[in-house]
Amino acid sequence: MTKTKTKGNSRRRSGNIGLLIPMYVFTILFVALPILYLFLLSFLQRAQVWGVDFTFTLDNYKRILEPLYLDTFWQSLKLAFTATFFVALIGYPYGYFMARMSAVWKRRMLLLIMIPFWTSALIRLYGWIIVFRSNGVLDKILMGLHLTDQPLKLLYTYPAVVVGMVYSLLPFMILAVYSSAEKLDMSLVEASRDLGASSWTAFWTVSFRLTLPGLLSGVVLSFIPSMGLFFIADILGGNKIVLVGSVIQEQITKGRNQPFAAALSAVLMVLTSVMIRLYRKITGTSQLEGML
Amino acid sequence: MKKKKWPFVYVAVITVLTYIPILLTVVYSFNTSKLTSVWEGFSLKWYRELFRDRDLGEALMNSLILAVLSCTFAVLIGTSGALGMSRRKRKTDEVVAYVSTLPIMIPEIILGMVFLSVFSLMGLPFGMVTLVIAHTTFCVPYIFTMVRARLVGMDHSLEEAALDLGATKWQVFCDVILPQILPAILSGVLLAFAMSFDDVVISIFVTGPKVNTLPVKIYTKLKTGVTPEINALATVMLIVILLCLMGAYLLGRKVKAPAGEK
Repeated sequence: MTKTKTKGNSRRRSGNIGLLIPMYVFTILFVALPILYLFLLSFLQRAQVWGVDFTFTLDNYKRILEPLYLDTFWQSLKLAFTATFFVALIGYPYGYFMARMSAVWKRRMLLLIMIPFWTSALIRLYGWIIVFRSNGVLDKILMGLHLTDQPLKLLYTYPAVVVGMVYSLLPFMILAVYSSAEKLDMSLVEASRDLGASSWTAFWTVSFRLTLPGLLSGVVLSFIPSMGLFFIADILGGNKIVLVGSVIQEQITKGRNQPFAAALSAVLMVLTSVMIRLYRKITGTSQLEGML
Repeated sequence: MKKKKWPFVYVAVITVLTYIPILLTVVYSFNTSKLTSVWEGFSLKWYRELFRDRDLGEALMNSLILAVLSCTFAVLIGTSGALGMSRRKRKTDEVVAYVSTLPIMIPEIILGMVFLSVFSLMGLPFGMVTLVIAHTTFCVPYIFTMVRARLVGMDHSLEEAALDLGATKWQVFCDVILPQILPAILSGVLLAFAMSFDDVVISIFVTGPKVNTLPVKIYTKLKTGVTPEINALATVMLIVILLCLMGAYLLGRKVKAPAGEK
């Protein structure tokens, strides 16, 4: 009995190794090595004309400490925090309530969330241009209601960028909270209610605790991309709002300074991995909730 | 427990709000005026202009080819990887699995930057090849993770039974394993396809001067100013998606129906 079993296992195992080759090769060649190269690049010099000079330097990191770039990092973090805060504020109740709906409505709501997701992110942002444009839809409504008597000129302002970010990131939060709240055992909430907890206490001590992984995962999933979404700041913020992402792009296209862009990316990457570490430490799980 | 009304009102209000910008683009796609601040009357001229736009058509084709190719490679790599890793516990597997998901964990802009620098180091010409490589890296995690999760919950005794009954490995894969993991592959592909088709940030970094994807094209158009054509494009895309969804729904019913009749 045991003999045939080990034989079967070894037979299967030998077959498994062949299956792993593409995954191993691809991951090492196109993910691991390129990321390592990015870190290496961040310690190199830019060549005089084009490309990279392979001499070690710390100048790129020193340059990040210049007030101009430190400020950019600070602005990016601030915007990311603001956007994530609103995403959580709006998305958490949404995902939570959605998980409480009937199965039919759950499916309908998931579909309603996914439809905009499948249209182009850029096109959805264009809708906001129509809303925010001077004398656009929002101005017309506000002026019609006599809340203001002149166009607010909201396009190309900070609030417009925040709205665009929140709008683009909201689905991630909703899905993360939803998938966590769906697994929530409502009998626990009922039990706490039966034992005399107010509905608020029951929510806070039971539901919120148990859906926290979803919320935190949503926070990670919104915070990380928000620092790199330069095109939102570009389209809704004009050239006024500069994010780390914008600087990286500019350093590559206009500045042709790959090493400096690499150093900026490296710092951003370290920030990101710190966040994911924190998430894992707090929730004790390795998988981000509702990511897929 | 009694059902409260306000959660549903809240969800409804937010949902409507998220659809307002989309509906506005649809409405204004029929506007005669070039400006979105005035409504001058109904017209289809932006659609005419859209369908005449050769560049946009070419960009659309590029985006479709890119998404299909990346998803195909990602399915091959991700599925075989997940299958290979199932039922063995190796540290190296865990490391590779972790590293392979990095492309969807780190901000897109870093991934774009990484590929730009590596491809220029390797001297690869920027274009479709670089786009496919870059897109495949972020498509793999979606499929790999989905299939892997599915394999964890799968009953392996079926495979063993098939093997014991003399099936070849290939037969076991086609008749036993594949039907079980197919839904996971499909939902992974659905996400990966949407991500690839919609990607701006990474594509901007790795595309060449001659190859434009649809999002890159839209981005440059939006940056240059007012383009009512984009409204028309948004409407067309929305209609296509709704048609696909309806098709999927009807197909789903057809598949389900015989089982329900029994």
